[in-house]
Amino acid sequence: MGVIFFLIVFSLFVALVFLGAFFWAVKSGQFDDSYTPSVRMLFDDKKSSHNNKTLTNKRDA
Amino acid sequence: MNKAATLQETTCYHCGEPCLSGEIEAHDKSFCCEGCKNVYSLLNSNDLCSYYELDENPGRTIAVGLERKRFDYLTDQDVQHKLIDFKSEKTASVTFFIPNIHCTSCVWLLENLQKLDEGILQGTVNFLKRTLTLLYNPSTTDLRNIVELLTTIGYEPDLKLDKLNSAKPSSIQRGLWLKLGVAGFSFGNIMLFSFPEYLNMSEADSVETFKIFFGALNIALALPVLIYSSSDYLKSAWAAISQKGINLDVPITIGILALFGRSLYEILSGTGAGYFDSFTGFIFFLLIGKVVQKKTFDRLSFDRDYKSYIPISVMRLINGGEESVPVSKLEIGDRIIIRNQELIPVDSVLESEMALIDYSFITGESVPVKATKGSPVFAGGKIAGQYAEMLVTKKVEQSYLTSLWENESFSDAHSEKKITGFADRISPYFTYTVLVIAVLSCIIWLQIDPSKAFTIFTAVLIVACPCALALSTPFTLGSSVNILSMNGLYIRNTDIVEGLSKVDTIVFDKTGTITESEQALLRFKGKDLSKDELDLVKSVCRASIHPLSKKIFSHLASHQLVELTSYQEIPGKGITARRNGQTLVLGSRGFVIEQSLLQPESLPKKDSIGSQVHIVINDEYKGFFEFQNQPREGIAELIHRFKKTYRTYLLSGDNEKEGQKFAGLFGGWTNMYFDQSPQQKLSFIENLTSQGNHVVMVGDGLNDAGALQKSNFGIALSDDMSSFSPACDAILDGNELKNLDQFIQFGKVSMNIILASFGLSLLYNLTGLGFAVTGHLSPLVAAIIMPLSSISVMVFTSLATRIKAKKMGLRIWV
Repeated sequence: MGVIFFLIVFSLFVALVFLGAFFWAVKSGQFDDSYTPSVRMLFDDKKSSHNNKTLTNKRDA
Repeated sequence: MNKAATLQETTCYHCGEPCLSGEIEAHDKSFCCEGCKNVYSLLNSNDLCSYYELDENPGRTIAVGLERKRFDYLTDQDVQHKLIDFKSEKTASVTFFIPNIHCTSCVWLLENLQKLDEGILQGTVNFLKRTLTLLYNPSTTDLRNIVELLTTIGYEPDLKLDKLNSAKPSSIQRGLWLKLGVAGFSFGNIMLFSFPEYLNMSEADSVETFKIFFGALNIALALPVLIYSSSDYLKSAWAAISQKGINLDVPITIGILALFGRSLYEILSGTGAGYFDSFTGFIFFLLIGKVVQKKTFDRLSFDRDYKSYIPISVMRLINGGEESVPVSKLEIGDRIIIRNQELIPVDSVLESEMALIDYSFITGESVPVKATKGSPVFAGGKIAGQYAEMLVTKKVEQSYLTSLWENESFSDAHSEKKITGFADRISPYFTYTVLVIAVLSCIIWLQIDPSKAFTIFTAVLIVACPCALALSTPFTLGSSVNILSMNGLYIRNTDIVEGLSKVDTIVFDKTGTITESEQALLRFKGKDLSKDELDLVKSVCRASIHPLSKKIFSHLASHQLVELTSYQEIPGKGITARRNGQTLVLGSRGFVIEQSLLQPESLPKKDSIGSQVHIVINDEYKGFFEFQNQPREGIAELIHRFKKTYRTYLLSGDNEKEGQKFAGLFGGWTNMYFDQSPQQKLSFIENLTSQGNHVVMVGDGLNDAGALQKSNFGIALSDDMSSFSPACDAILDGNELKNLDQFIQFGKVSMNIILASFGLSLLYNLTGLGFAVTGHLSPLVAAIIMPLSSISVMVFTSLATRIKAKKMGLRIWV
């Protein structure tokens, strides 16, 4: 039965890690704006392709 | 321009507006103006055309010409210091409020600005708050370049005086989330550790070490909840008691302390397992209520004052050149230039021959006023049409607009309205009742079984803790504020819904409130004009920037444009134009008579108050266009309904002439007041409230601001949510004014729902008290009753408000 002490302490520790993650999320501003990210995820990420394109354009020129 | 027939169907690829003034072809696309074309070219050359794929015609028209000098003041160190959030050698961060943010494309473009300016490192948009936070490298770009870039692509940031003066708002919300997180964490874990207790396992196993171990863990978990999560309630209760008052937080705090103290005692003395599960759950639910209550409408601003309207900078004429200076640095005697659509920042004297000034910000009246050389013009007016030169006569702090706010009664009005909610009003009775019951049962038990007396005493305090009571108000009002916002009424915060429900007197402003300021009714009176002549009138009006010409132009939308051979506009008076032997004179009465050599008698006498535009073709008088402010749709029915139950008044800054139209509506002249100054409006409301009336004021202009503040519930009407509205308790969508009686009715219903849920939670309290005074309140019973009462109150209030709203025909889904 002694192992239960270890398990409980360990489970609490895991829970604390999640609490810490929650703190980090709040402090990094993830709870400040609940709407814009839902819009942002719709964008195609063309950032890299743009850079490549301009490079090739320049080479062509 | 010969392609007139096709013009009607063509819309601008950038902004989606019809290409009225001749389309511009570029890149196989059509644009309505050079501005829009330039934005497209800029985006196109930088491979940013996804902008146009995300939403159709996402741009906003770039009608106003760009005046690059305008942003000179952004190089000023003082101004920079106030705008920039932080700055180091390599990075600086700045946050702009950009009212134009309106769609997905906006977010995309503004977050890809680094392709347009190498110095910009990162952009983050907050769509609801309409803000853009930019990280940039100050050594490669500067604030002025960024603002210019934003303006060029149609996203001019709103840089206003008050933003410069006030400190950056701190986020209270984050702290609340953290407190909720801690409470939830402890609640969940303590529940787990309490399972042996619920199932009576500890007795069966008789493992003493477990008890100690779990007890210690529970204390360790509950401590942060007491010290951190519940700190707001403890502080608030302490503040109330030290002022010799009792608010709802006092009985809550008594409950908190009783719960915690009793649990601590039980665990330390080994007499029981304590109620830490109930304690943490209780705080957890309370905080959820608080989160619901804190819901705000980020994109709306409810406490603006004059500073929000005055621009930061203005163009000053100096030694023949122009320079941009911050408004606060203007001196008496400076000559300034205000262009079309710009706001006059300080009281001045007009130096130009003539200017048209739109005072709708101040009076609500949209038809521009004509000012001539040497006449005074007031801060807050907007120049319509030609640019104007003026001489500063007062500093910004002393201008009319500013002094309106500095006025004593206004600053008086600015002080916080004291709102005591129903819950706070009953809490003294509640608290005393609970204390009396606790003491009585303690005394009675001292006779029966003295060993149990203390236990009973604390049990009563614990179970009587008004958790559900404290939740019923925020949850009911939270959901009614939500429902009302779906229907077009945005209320500043949940506490003031009660103010709406108690109304017995309703006061309306006239211009812009009862009448629609934008959509003045346009009628032509006189001889019938042929199609050909109407084409001519339309073409002439197109070239003019006078607001009345613009209205005539859009009124004649179905007509064609023709080519003119000559065109001359005398600003503020009228236009003469020629085409193929036809001469058209269009303008004010005096102008038409002067230009066409007609006898004044041949023109009809001016018998109504609306603005008129007269038309003469080939020296023959044809008639006039008349503009009249149109009452809003459904307003007559609304006032008719209101009259049955409330006293209704009309307060107008205008003269009495237009009053006849409304005399019938308001039941005669006694309830209508004309020629009211902002000060008089304020006193009128003050008078009503001091007689014990509960007044709702509906207004729209800055001239109503004082009255809105003084009333018990001030509603600012707004046709464009993101734009202007004076300080108020709620903002109402102009199109929804006709449903105002429904909204007030719903406010009353909400208060009834709160009463019902109070009843429900008192029922729980009584049941709990039954257990407590008879000495049967085990931790298990407490752990069931507390969350059950909280959750059932949450469910009841949310459902009840939605069901009621649905029955009343209000929208309950977005």
